[in-house]
Amino acid sequence: MTKSTSTELATETVLERESRNATKAMLTEFWYYFSQNKGAVIGLVVFAVLVAVALLAPLVAPHDPDVQYRDALLQPPFWQDGGSFAFPLGTDAVGRDILSRLIFGSRFSLFIGVVVVTIALVGGIVIGLVAGYARGWVDTLIMRVMDIILAFPSLLLALVLVAILGPGLVNAMIAIAIVLQPHFVRLTRAAVLAEVNRDYVVAARVAGAGHLRLMFKTILPNCLAPLIVQATLSFSNAILDAAALGFLGMGAQPPTPEWGTMLAEAREFILRAWWVVTFPGLAILITVLAINLVGDGLRDALDPKLKRS
Amino acid sequence: MSDTILKVRDLYRTYDIKGGLFKKPGKFTAVKGVSFDVERGSTLAIVGESGCGKSTLARMLTMIDAQTSGSIEIDGLPIDIAKTGISKDMRQKVQIVFQNPYGSLNPRQKIGHVLEEPLLLNTSMPAAERRDLALEMLTKVGLQPEHYGRYPHMFSGGQRQRIAIARAIMMKPKLLVLDEPVSALDLSVQAQILNLLKDLQDEMGLTYIFISHDLSVVRYLADKVMVMYFGEVVEYGTRDEVFGDPKHEYTRTLFAATPNADVDSIKARLAKKVA
Amino acid sequence: MPLLEIRNLKVEFATAKGPFKALDGVDYTVEAGEVLAIVGESGSGKSVAMLAVMGLLPDTATITADKMEFEGRDLRTLSAKERRKVIGKDISMIFQEPIASLNPCFTVGHQLEETLKAHTTLGRRERKARVIELMKAVGLPKPEERVSAFPHQMSGGQCQRVMIAMAIACAPKLLIADEPTTALDVTIQKQILDLLVKLQQDSGMGLIMITHDMGVVAETADRVIVQYKGNKMEEADVLSLFENPQHAYTRALLSALPENATGDRLPTVSDFVGAGGF
Repeated sequence: MTKSTSTELATETVLERESRNATKAMLTEFWYYFSQNKGAVIGLVVFAVLVAVALLAPLVAPHDPDVQYRDALLQPPFWQDGGSFAFPLGTDAVGRDILSRLIFGSRFSLFIGVVVVTIALVGGIVIGLVAGYARGWVDTLIMRVMDIILAFPSLLLALVLVAILGPGLVNAMIAIAIVLQPHFVRLTRAAVLAEVNRDYVVAARVAGAGHLRLMFKTILPNCLAPLIVQATLSFSNAILDAAALGFLGMGAQPPTPEWGTMLAEAREFILRAWWVVTFPGLAILITVLAINLVGDGLRDALDPKLKRS
Repeated sequence: MSDTILKVRDLYRTYDIKGGLFKKPGKFTAVKGVSFDVERGSTLAIVGESGCGKSTLARMLTMIDAQTSGSIEIDGLPIDIAKTGISKDMRQKVQIVFQNPYGSLNPRQKIGHVLEEPLLLNTSMPAAERRDLALEMLTKVGLQPEHYGRYPHMFSGGQRQRIAIARAIMMKPKLLVLDEPVSALDLSVQAQILNLLKDLQDEMGLTYIFISHDLSVVRYLADKVMVMYFGEVVEYGTRDEVFGDPKHEYTRTLFAATPNADVDSIKARLAKKVA
Repeated sequence: MPLLEIRNLKVEFATAKGPFKALDGVDYTVEAGEVLAIVGESGSGKSVAMLAVMGLLPDTATITADKMEFEGRDLRTLSAKERRKVIGKDISMIFQEPIASLNPCFTVGHQLEETLKAHTTLGRRERKARVIELMKAVGLPKPEERVSAFPHQMSGGQCQRVMIAMAIACAPKLLIADEPTTALDVTIQKQILDLLVKLQQDSGMGLIMITHDMGVVAETADRVIVQYKGNKMEEADVLSLFENPQHAYTRALLSALPENATGDRLPTVSDFVGAGGF
């Protein structure tokens, strides 16, 4: 090469700019299709607020979630008789501020979602890739095991697992991840089967790519779209399951301000103090709904079949 | 003595057909005892309709599938991947360009990486050198260096086929198998790609195995022509022999079926219609 | 009165990168008993016009026309229900991918019968007889056995014949064939083209052939419209188009045919017109 250094530098910057532009164009297109779905945008905003609240919990919450105000047991929310702005959403049976507990509880819910989805996604991708790529008896074995897991009612299986592992938030998360995993395995396998005979995979093989490279670098990136959608939907599922386990006393243990656990503690006050049950329930509902809406929007944006040219 | 680069003798490929509930398992022979030679720097066209075994043949020549029996020798190197596996040496001899430019490029891979992949996997070339080579190849096939960082979906069909060709010649192969490289393209783009293929052949001394169902393209490009029908070679000869005096019944049917765009045949058709 | 008359048809698609003009004011006229070929490359908008007539474009498309009449009836003001009555009975269409156009869950006989059921008042037994008759008309061997065959048990050429049978089931006045032979082998292509032309001549219906293949145009058409990037380049009867093409783009297309190659290189479109297009 007998190029002068200045032109070489020039081409370098041009190349870099073009490469960045290409990435940007992909993102712009993604956002266009995502933003067509108004529900998804609303869901995304709600979810973003939720994340912000969770991160800034100590700053946002008016009270410490574990402090018990003995002179304000079961105080109703501020707009009812007997309520006050000191405890905007009222207090529970031992005088803890519900709003603060909900705010800190969002940390647990999001944490549960992230951890569970990560475990299930990584495990599901690896197992599904192997099954779809190897075919034969490996595939059969893996898929039958997954079928067995899927044959159990998911919450029941999670309960059994927690019973074996012992109650607690971490064990509950592991149990939920195991229960959700087969969905990812099946989805990955189906996507791999669709991709593996495409010409570009064969071309990579002709170029000399080995099995691992074919699986993870060539095929996997093209299977991600349905997995991302499934991951968001599983995120909300994980939150729901964790709340259910918490409600049954098998998840997070009191006094952790986890939403499901809060519901469980409030069970006996349903008739006397509606706010103790309603607000944690609403928090779960809104969070799950928001995430599902985002998942819907992602499906619109990522599924090429729905794209109009 | 002519310089033979590809020598194929008595090549067979048999597939097992799985038995179903009511079907007995069976065997299907896609390629039945094919033999031919290709001279260095020439173009052999393989013509036939879908299911005639031409793509199966291409897959064996490019080491995607193993042959059931028979021998393939590329540039003096015997190829039998079922027994010996594939070495880097073998890979550098032959590459393939697929028919569908929309399916043959990884949608999530930038063009630069598409081109560099063969080098990355088969040579120990440093990254900077690989990139220079990829840029050089882009200009060689008629694209711009700034296309390096773009994704396949930003290109038209013809441009993608240029990229696929560039990828195939990155390793400077001796033999290039072109599996219907222009049949998915528009007419005007087809002409550009055919011109490009001709230029590359002159410049790099490439040998082409050109698989096609389009006789007009074959006539334009090929030195020798081989017609396949249900896995067998029914006609094999130089272009002028085959087009001038087709021996086999099937070849004649094929020629008769090819649409004629010259004025005389249109006149004849219109005259017949009036009558 | 022409069979189909369209004036100044414009079609626009909404995309991520803003509106895309697929057709920019094109006129089409088809007389009864005439074979019109619309020829162009991908992106020329050659299929879009007929899809617009059929009402098969997605919601993202905006269609405007000064006139869009079939046998004097204004297609623009037709309600969805009235439109369905016209389409499928008086106008029908066949597509490029014959195997994908058939429902894999039902036998071809059943699918043919469904078409008859939707658009005619024939009784069950009459329908069955008509199905056999239709399959004979399109040259399917042993129609009595083929009736109960599923699409995957037939070849591409046979599936295309079934599609044609379905399209002519109600004796349409206009048949639109969108690249009917592109997915087929040459020998099969010849048979299908011959069949289409024969059916057209026997019934006197109008036939629109949408294609990219100049050879197909030469073998079938009476009149030709050449399109490029949503505009009409040239309209002529088939002989004068091939003998004496008026527009530079048509000349370019014709000389890009490998069989017309003179010398070592094929001329390309850019040899005839500037790189900027028209």
